[in-house]
Amino acid sequence: MSVELGEEISADVNTRVRALEYLITEKAVPGVVETVPTYRALLVYYDPSIVGYGALCAQLAALAEQAATTAMPPSRELELPCCYDRELGPDLEGAGQRLALSVDELVRLHAGAEYLVYFIGFTPGLPYMTGAPERLTIPRLDTPRVKVPAGSVAIGGIQCCIYSVESPGGFWLLGRTPVRLYDPDAAEPILLKPGDRIRFRPIERREFDDIASSVAAGHFRPVIR
Amino acid sequence: MITVLDPGPQTTVQDAGRTGHMRYGIPPSGPVDRASFVLANRLVGNPDDAAALEFTLMGPRLRAETPCSVAVTGADAPVTLNDAPAAAWTTLTLAAGDVVRVGAARAGVRGYVATAGGIDIPPVLGSRATYLRGRLGGVHGRALARDDRLPLGSAPTPRRRTVRAESRPQWGGEAVLRVVLGPQADRFTDEGIAAFLGSTYEVLPQSDRMGARLSGARIAHARGHDIISDGIALGAVQVPGDGQPIVLLMDRQSTGGYTKIATVCSFDIARVGQAKPGQRMRFTAVDVATAHRLLRESDAALAGVELQEIA
Repeated sequence: MSVELGEEISADVNTRVRALEYLITEKAVPGVVETVPTYRALLVYYDPSIVGYGALCAQLAALAEQAATTAMPPSRELELPCCYDRELGPDLEGAGQRLALSVDELVRLHAGAEYLVYFIGFTPGLPYMTGAPERLTIPRLDTPRVKVPAGSVAIGGIQCCIYSVESPGGFWLLGRTPVRLYDPDAAEPILLKPGDRIRFRPIERREFDDIASSVAAGHFRPVIR
Repeated sequence: MITVLDPGPQTTVQDAGRTGHMRYGIPPSGPVDRASFVLANRLVGNPDDAAALEFTLMGPRLRAETPCSVAVTGADAPVTLNDAPAAAWTTLTLAAGDVVRVGAARAGVRGYVATAGGIDIPPVLGSRATYLRGRLGGVHGRALARDDRLPLGSAPTPRRRTVRAESRPQWGGEAVLRVVLGPQADRFTDEGIAAFLGSTYEVLPQSDRMGARLSGARIAHARGHDIISDGIALGAVQVPGDGQPIVLLMDRQSTGGYTKIATVCSFDIARVGQAKPGQRMRFTAVDVATAHRLLRESDAALAGVELQEIA
């Protein structure tokens, strides 16, 4: 069952989606098996042998009313190092030209913003975020790349994402974080959660390589507040 | 312990799948043909959700290092025990050194090899199921390879039993899949919906555990094929701009931005996953109440399958 709470990408609508998910979890609504929040909708997997469609619709509609005013636990703030370098961010020049910004200005604007993780999806651990200044709104690439390296920090439309595994992708690549958003061998493979707030700390290539080595050795932990 | 002598093109460890991680982008995985998987487990005395092997188009060749019992179900494929023909859908008793081999599927795509005690590998996020794209679960997150050694859980030797012929599914011919229209059926023209429900679609070879790609009459959109990305349920029928449907399966992406015209009912997912490339299928719409009734009937039918004792 898909519960739709709006028709737009906005922090307000998404916050209600996450609040609805929070309420369903808190109240342990019988029959609900799993939930998937996205921008404006919550996908609810349920067991029809425990709860009927009509009964669940009524319960979720009531909870959706409350979702507008529900207080959720405070969100986490994470600082992710990001190397905005022409090799790791091959679209820095192109995006700068498209937006009529110098590369330095583009980096300053991108790294100066705080990003809200609306949801995690598509591939394991990939955050869909917004928060960039309007000046960085950019249409997606005309031709998506077949392979984008894991850790690539990218923008498209009003969104920002970090590719969590090597995958195809149509966003402009501005840089790369050495932090792993998805590590199948870790006890907790996924780093980010819906509702997290992210800041990027610009780093030089040397620091990127250093952090990448300590990530590989299992020593690096990003700053989480 | 069993040793993999030849894994076949793609054989993975699967159990009932992992729950609760789709909100982090991790799909459930698990067997595409749940009923065949469950029956394989019952034939060797396992709980329904024990970890077993799922093969694709061609089965593996396995050597028992210790005495054990196995059963092969699912796709219709020849089984041999030490090169002599052996029965599928039946408990086979292996001595140490015995070699069981499953050949190419004559009908169906996915088959199951269950071993008494299940495949005893460590669960990852609560499940032993393999998610290949995420390199998660199973044997180091990958398909089986030659010389892999699979530990088995300890279990008493099961009675030898077989699934009666009338309870074994048939995978040939044109499948009719029950669907519930939505969540974005309103994004298609009437002609598009009529094409979807009125014509047959052929399975393309690019299909995998993520989704079955189909080819047939174009399903026309009324206003664009992109939506604001939302969650993707098992069986969701996604229709991108080319108007050709994709039925999403166990290893699907958790979210996506293409319109979804309908959802294939869970009890018909096996029919999607067992259709070979080139095989045809059609869709018929049911309402939610009918879908739930059919699900109860399907669950009851599986629960009621009698295993026949053999001497």
